[in-house]
Amino acid sequence: MIATRDAYGEALAELGGENDKIVVLDADLSGSTKTGVFAKKFPNRFFNMGIAEANMVGTAAGLAAVGKVPFLSTFAIFAAGRGWEQIRQSVAYPKANVKIVATHGGVTVGEDGGSHQSVEDVAIMRAIPNMTVIVPADGEETKGAIRAAAAYKGPVYVRLGRNKVPSVFPAGHKFEIGKGVVVVPGTDLTFITTGLMTAAAVTAAEKLKAEGISARVLHIGTIKPLDKEVVLQAAEETGAIVTAEEHSVVGGLGGAVAEFLAETCPTLMKRVGVYDRFGTSGKSDELLKYFGLNAETLIEEAREIVSRKK
Amino acid sequence: MKEKIADLEEKARRLRVAIVKTLHKSQSGHTGGSLSAIDMVCALYFHKMRHNPADPAWDGRDRFVLSKGHAAPALYVTLAECGYFPAEDLMMLRRLGSHLQGHPDSKGTPGVDVCTGSLGQGLSMANGMALGLKLDGKENRVYAVLGDGELQEGQIWEAAMAAAHYKSDNLCALIDSNGLQIDGDVSKVMNVSSISDKFKAFGWNVIEIDGHDMRQIVDALDQAEAHKGAPTAIVAKTVKGKGVHLFENKASYHGVTPNDDELPEALRCLGCCD
Ligand SMILES: Cc1ncc(C[n+]2csc(CCOP(=O)(O)OP(=O)(O)O)c2C)c(N)n1
Repeated sequence: MIATRDAYGEALAELGGENDKIVVLDADLSGSTKTGVFAKKFPNRFFNMGIAEANMVGTAAGLAAVGKVPFLSTFAIFAAGRGWEQIRQSVAYPKANVKIVATHGGVTVGEDGGSHQSVEDVAIMRAIPNMTVIVPADGEETKGAIRAAAAYKGPVYVRLGRNKVPSVFPAGHKFEIGKGVVVVPGTDLTFITTGLMTAAAVTAAEKLKAEGISARVLHIGTIKPLDKEVVLQAAEETGAIVTAEEHSVVGGLGGAVAEFLAETCPTLMKRVGVYDRFGTSGKSDELLKYFGLNAETLIEEAREIVSRKK
Repeated sequence: MKEKIADLEEKARRLRVAIVKTLHKSQSGHTGGSLSAIDMVCALYFHKMRHNPADPAWDGRDRFVLSKGHAAPALYVTLAECGYFPAEDLMMLRRLGSHLQGHPDSKGTPGVDVCTGSLGQGLSMANGMALGLKLDGKENRVYAVLGDGELQEGQIWEAAMAAAHYKSDNLCALIDSNGLQIDGDVSKVMNVSSISDKFKAFGWNVIEIDGHDMRQIVDALDQAEAHKGAPTAIVAKTVKGKGVHLFENKASYHGVTPNDDELPEALRCLGCCD
């Protein structure tokens, strides 16, 4: 168990040694986002921009315009929220080589409450042309995603969490932008999941097996571009899809899968996520339960959708 | 007057005790910035503002915006002391189902008019209220408490420009200038000085005070009310964590709550024996 933001800090510090073009920006949250690890190692390539997210995005775009590879970080709500239009105009429109690594995404920010719980960021980033959107499942995948983002030329949004999450992938797991991964094979339905919901889906699939339901778990680490091939395959082979994400059901992974399948292969589907509501204060684990973001919900939805199949 | 000041000082001490106890109970929330702002919030609610705890939506009330929303405990203990809701509610701070959210939330808490927590947006909302109240020919005033780190947000200066442009003399911004933010000294993270010169340059009436000197706070609020033709910024020099030496001037206590070991010492500092 490690928090994806901790893996980010490690990856950034490693990459900084390999590529001196990498520069890092933060907005007064370097301890929380873990960019502080890089700042310590490479102080002259770290810029604390203060509590000024929009300016931070524009500055990163400028750094990219002179050949640097900027990584900028703050909480997801402030990165995607405060910086949306700057990201659209200064980063995505010119295809600037800026990596936005937003931490504290989703409801697991916890006690800070609805003002700080970002359940819309994937939707708003996904709506921007040229933007690549990545939501890793665990620490190992995060390291791979950060490496891949650094190697990729163009805008990338990576969404990380605050808390420690269970491991899904073994050490050395190779991350490829745009590739979904079947984590558990199965034939009766497919859980298409992202972020911390992938681990929950693995648990759900194990329990369902005991009931004689064979659930596939397809992890989508890159929400955009969506790996259409594996999604289509899942729809055709299992005939039922349950998506799950620590995000609004509007416009995130569930939205992306639904949009694609509606036009190519209409399939029985259910989206698990936050149902068009704001977050609220509470402990992370309580909130996951409160919003039904857990294996129990996935099991119920799986039973339901399988019973609807014929 | 002397008595009034002593009264407010005693109130502020009790509110500090309540902040420490509340944050100890919640084990989540912002200690340093709540303690630095509390003297000003106390003076506003118990000296300056017209408001009615029995009728939180009373039309004749002055308005308050805690722009540095993470200092919510300072606001909540004050509202409880005024009687907007029972003091027991404080013990539910930041819990699932509580009306006391981590950051001020107008949807559930009596006495809270606007949602804050994302820094840099409060002054715009305060000026909007000031403009609206004036349009209706009302005398009501609007007060906003801001952090000095928060001034790094560009939107603050858009609001400062607009408030001066529209001569919002019913608006008063109080800057809790404790010199610290999360990553360290405001001057090192992103220098905002001189705060007074900046507000002056934007056309504001500026008053500099010691933000823990109740007499100076009260005088400044009275002067702000008397000043016509421009909004007033009270730039208050403060100490983050003020009142509890364990927390004073330490950026590390920004978002950290008193633990079991620190609680007795913190309460002792505040002259609390219970
Ligand atoms: C837009 C935005 N960016 C970042 C944060 C995270 N944050 C919360 S408090 C804080 C520091 C605030 O410093 P300051 O305004 O000086 O407040 P004080 O020291 O009085 O607590 C930050 C960066 C936030 N709440 N909003």
